[in-house]
Amino acid sequence: MHHYSFFSLLSGALGRHRRWSQAWRSPTPRKAYDVVIVGAGGHGLATAYYLAKKHGIRNVAVLEKGWLGGGNTGRNTQVTRSNYFWPESAAFYEHSLQLYEGLSRDLNFNVMLSQRGILTLAHSHHELESLRRWANAIQVNDIDSELMTPEEIKKLVPLMNMEARFAVHGGFIQRRGGISRHDAVAWGYARGANALGVDIIQQCEVTGFCRQGERVVGVETSQGTIAAGSVVLSVAGHSTVLAGKLGLRLPISSMALQAMVSEPIKPCLDTVVLSPTVHMYVSQSDRGELVFGGGADIYTSYAQRGGLPAFYQNVTALLELFPAFRQLRLMRQWAGIVDITPDTTPIMGGTPVPGLYVNCGWGTGGYKAIPAGGDTMAHTVATGKAHPLIAKFGLERFTSGALIDEGAAAGVAH
Amino acid sequence: MLQISCPYCGVRDEEEFRFGGESHVTRPALDVDDRVWADYLFNRINPKGIAYERWLHSYGCGRWFNVARDTVTHEILAVYLMGAAKPQLSEVTPAREAQPKRVRTSEGSLS
Ligand SMILES: Cc1cc2nc3c(=O)[nH]c(=O)nc-3n(C[C@H](O)[C@H](O)[C@H](O)COP(=O)(O)OP(=O)(O)OC[C@H]3O[C@@H](n4cnc5c(N)ncnc54)[C@H](O)[C@@H]3O)c2cc1C
Ligand SMILES: [Zn+2]
Repeated sequence: MHHYSFFSLLSGALGRHRRWSQAWRSPTPRKAYDVVIVGAGGHGLATAYYLAKKHGIRNVAVLEKGWLGGGNTGRNTQVTRSNYFWPESAAFYEHSLQLYEGLSRDLNFNVMLSQRGILTLAHSHHELESLRRWANAIQVNDIDSELMTPEEIKKLVPLMNMEARFAVHGGFIQRRGGISRHDAVAWGYARGANALGVDIIQQCEVTGFCRQGERVVGVETSQGTIAAGSVVLSVAGHSTVLAGKLGLRLPISSMALQAMVSEPIKPCLDTVVLSPTVHMYVSQSDRGELVFGGGADIYTSYAQRGGLPAFYQNVTALLELFPAFRQLRLMRQWAGIVDITPDTTPIMGGTPVPGLYVNCGWGTGGYKAIPAGGDTMAHTVATGKAHPLIAKFGLERFTSGALIDEGAAAGVAH
Repeated sequence: MLQISCPYCGVRDEEEFRFGGESHVTRPALDVDDRVWADYLFNRINPKGIAYERWLHSYGCGRWFNVARDTVTHEILAVYLMGAAKPQLSEVTPAREAQPKRVRTSEGSLS
């Protein structure tokens, strides 16, 4: 594998870019692996990477029915932040943000993390009160957050219409929040895992499981049967479909979440703006496109396209806050099928089925969680004991009643 | 945009309705253990294919009813009253393969 550096770039250029090696192999699956991970989204790939890197477990396969990063990981709007409300979430997402801060170096792959800040708006006095409480909780969790007055907001985001239908009363910013490049995160982890010996097998759909008594001992796939010491499901919106084949029921609803981009324009927005009330968030990509989205469609869906009402709501909310964007043409719109839990906290760890782990329930906000999700799942699978950061994210919480209701911070959970 | 046929008002746009999730979930006896209760409260089939679900005509008559809908094509296969039994529908009906979809979705609306 090529180490990427200024010099490798230079020598690549001098060789007219003909000498670059492939970033990962496309092997045929072996008969058996210690760990089989289903789903090559960010979470599956990161789990494989940390299993190999931190725990020396390299006999690992990641099976993907389509192409790697083609699920929600390649469809999201890349918002990266740790401004959650409850201590459990805060600790987890802060760990993830810190891993993001060193990720380009760790993976030797530029994930283009841009900590341009994420500004959350309040549109009424009451909302400002609850944002104050939220911002305060974040500070108590030892994470940065600052309240902002309308004047400060106006200065930071000059294009915003402060006197919109729902006028802007204030907000708070997490300056370490921002965006990064989703494809690069998937590719970087894939390349890193591959270099450590992990087999990434694309076009390989898992269609069933092999069992020995209660225990899961392998998977049936479109490329044959593969034996496995442990199986990890990281299949987002398809979690209930696969778990259902084992008779395991999960508290997950699959919904279509949309996003869209405008035509590219010159830099005009250098922070992420999010409004829980009008249900809209927007950032500007390095290419100049405005990337925006909002709430999910109202009904369950496995069609990755999204319906008109939610789309219309997203666009109108953006234009009310940024009237200048009316002139722009929309370039693309798409959707991903997100796995929503009742308390909007993920489900991670072992299951009642021996040998089976799940890493799902990321819903509309699991991109920012990829490094910590992979790190903690790898620990859990390698040691057989839940990593302390995810000890409370287990499936048991729905029976014990110890839900972690992130509804507040996850109002517009991206 | 789904076009949903309310049994009381007729065909209306999706925006007049609220989605109520899986239908036919029956509440267990009150003395069941936590596991059964949790299953009742939280676990859902969330099928890829035909779903039997509740809808509320919130900006119309305000009444609940059931819908059988394909979660992949979004096609509405049946509308039936609350309390009625699930209609028997086969996973892939020949009519659906042969005919264009009856239910409009947003596909193509952006071209
Ligand atoms: C429009 C949109 C915007 C979003 N914005 C943000 C944001 O700004 N910030 C944020 O933090 N999060 C955001 N999210 C959420 C985030 O994208 C997801 O939570 C995250 O990417 C989930 O990663 P994953 O690896 O679990 O799932 P995925 O990336 O979806 O990977 C699952 C993989 O499993 C594969 N698979 C499924 N079934 C099988 C099978 N039977 N066999 C083999 N493979 C299978 C799929 O093909 C897929 O590649 C957004 C999501 C969407 C859709
Ligand atoms: Zn009606």
